Amino acid sequence: MQRRDLMKLAAASGGAALVGPALAACSASESAADGELLVWTHSAGNEEELAVTDQILESFNGGQDEYTVERESFPQDAYNDTVNAAALSGDLPDLLTVDGPNVPNWAWAGNLQPLDLPAELTDRFLPSTLGIFQDQLYSIGHWEAACSVFARESVLEAAGVRVPTIEEPWSREEFDEALERIAADTDYQWAIDLSTADIGEWYPYAYSPFLQSFGGDLLDRSTYLTAEGALNGEAALAWGRWFQGLFTGGFANIESPVGGEDFNQGKAAMAYMGNWGALPAMDLFDDVLFLPPPDLGTGPKIGGGSWQWAITSAADPAGANTFLEAALSDEFVADFSNAAGLIPATDAAAELTEHYASDGALRMMVDYSREFAVLRPETPAYTVISSVFTKYTGDIIHGGDVREALDAAVSEIDADIESNSGYGF
Amino acid sequence: MNAMTLRPRRRLWAYLPMTLLAVFFLFPIVFMLAASLKSDHQIFADMDSFRAFLPVGGISLDNYAAVFDRVPFWRFLGNTIFVTFMVTALGLVVNSLCGYALARMRWKGRAVVFAFIIATLILPFDTTIVPMVYLVANLPWIGFEGVRPVLEVGWLNTYHVQIIPFVVNAFAIFLFAQYFKSLPKGLEEAAAMDGAGWLRTYWRIIVPLSKPVFATVTILTVVTSPATWNAYLWPLMTVQSEELRPVMVGVQYFFQLDTSWGEVMAYISMITIPMVAVFIAFQRAFIQSIASAGMKD
Repeated sequence: MQRRDLMKLAAASGGAALVGPALAACSASESAADGELLVWTHSAGNEEELAVTDQILESFNGGQDEYTVERESFPQDAYNDTVNAAALSGDLPDLLTVDGPNVPNWAWAGNLQPLDLPAELTDRFLPSTLGIFQDQLYSIGHWEAACSVFARESVLEAAGVRVPTIEEPWSREEFDEALERIAADTDYQWAIDLSTADIGEWYPYAYSPFLQSFGGDLLDRSTYLTAEGALNGEAALAWGRWFQGLFTGGFANIESPVGGEDFNQGKAAMAYMGNWGALPAMDLFDDVLFLPPPDLGTGPKIGGGSWQWAITSAADPAGANTFLEAALSDEFVADFSNAAGLIPATDAAAELTEHYASDGALRMMVDYSREFAVLRPETPAYTVISSVFTKYTGDIIHGGDVREALDAAVSEIDADIESNSGYGF
Repeated sequence: MNAMTLRPRRRLWAYLPMTLLAVFFLFPIVFMLAASLKSDHQIFADMDSFRAFLPVGGISLDNYAAVFDRVPFWRFLGNTIFVTFMVTALGLVVNSLCGYALARMRWKGRAVVFAFIIATLILPFDTTIVPMVYLVANLPWIGFEGVRPVLEVGWLNTYHVQIIPFVVNAFAIFLFAQYFKSLPKGLEEAAAMDGAGWLRTYWRIIVPLSKPVFATVTILTVVTSPATWNAYLWPLMTVQSEELRPVMVGVQYFFQLDTSWGEVMAYISMITIPMVAVFIAFQRAFIQSIASAGMKD
């Protein structure tokens, strides 16, 4: 919001200034001039993340006197709408957090500017924590998330199922056989919990890596201009039929609650779940294992790209990059991990954490992330791809015709790309 | 004829379906209250049985205590009460005056204006919200720095952006106009003979006779306006400061990667109970007002 002294305006223009001036409201550019930087985060309600963010701000503000950083936090599920509205009204802050797959869209829309950070800093970060769009780095994250198969050693033993390793994950045949054996030889209601009620970004984040492991994809990444062939080719159809079979075959619950609760409640023998569910699972079961995802044809895959930091186009780049460089220290990366159970983005930080150090109970999550993570397509079209994939995967889960669903998904994605002239590709 | 005038056996048959319906509609509220007292583990464990609706198992008030740690509850509640009161109070004045002008005063173009106002009802709020955000972001406002007036540009992040755009309400104008049309013209003619102007006639004659429609509009404004008790999308897009957020945006604070459903239910209980209490306290008046607002003389 801009302010003008009304008495001076009236004196200068005989009162016409009351209604005349078209002053643009722009919080970032306004504050940049006086060394104030405004940061938006998606962490409202998340005390642990906010505490570390505040610690970073306090350290930065106290360590130099050129810039002052202030924070405003928003609830995560409503965050994108708030940022989009602020972009519309020219009211973006200087820095903000952004979910990794949204970076290309926000960069393409002109809301972000490339980061100017030294390579010796960014090279230490996990590749999936870097938001790169058209060869430019737009965002960087303190942490990563990773999915794995949660299982109990005693259950696998009872069903006579081999415990897979990162070097030798389950093949598709082994995974299918494991599901069948568990269903036949144990009393569990479901063989695996896929948290299907978590409609939204969970679907592309968790389920599209299965598609990619089959050899399909959400988009043809050779051109980024069409989903034809990638999302409805033979590999994708094979994925769709296999995935649907998990539900029609009675191995997975169509209406499984969010957060792996069927597994936690003892209704499902295994769960495909993110690392954020690992510590609660360890509290519940003393023999819980976090297994690598199955190799469904082209190697095991998991989703990559979590929340990251970006600088808006309206910001003073010098101040914002200075802040980011200070914020990305290994100590702060480790603090986020220790406080919120997230996977630290650097190896050095991992060694400073309780769970992800070399001998930590969740160390394998770092390895899964490094070995298996696949970023969701780095294109501005991803926001549409995400909602379309969620919609039609829901149809497949509920017994819809796989070919029809995937053809319809391709049609909608391609129409969006075409209507946006290829999003610059 | 209502259930009370029936003979006992027939009354039983009349009450039975009504009771079943009441129980059916109460289920979500009972579930919410019961779940707010349980741990997440207990909530999911009880989900497959009738225990989900009972405060059984390891119950405590821990979820309610946790709500205050996660959100500034009293601040959010205060903001919502303030905005709801202002939108409703200003709306009653502005919309009733507008309805009065359309229903009782003779002026050129009245029918066209009335039709135009009614036509705006077909536009869903969701379709106009984006241009509205752009508009309010560029509107001027006179503020003060101490006693010195200053011209501010942009209404974002203020109380008035949550109030002013929603004071005028086409449906409220329609209700007022329809009700005012049903009042006998002789009352105004008598007032005019006694020398009363239109404003005095409105205030001394029309308003006292129109309590039912005022009550109806109050209820509809509080419950259905996108800016009052259930305000969510608009404050989400126009208010960035936590200090100014309403209760419904606060719901989102609880949806994290590991959502605590007990806390969600406790928070929703805390923001629902005031509305339920108000409804119960004024139940008779609400029903009378809605019933009489639908009648014609």
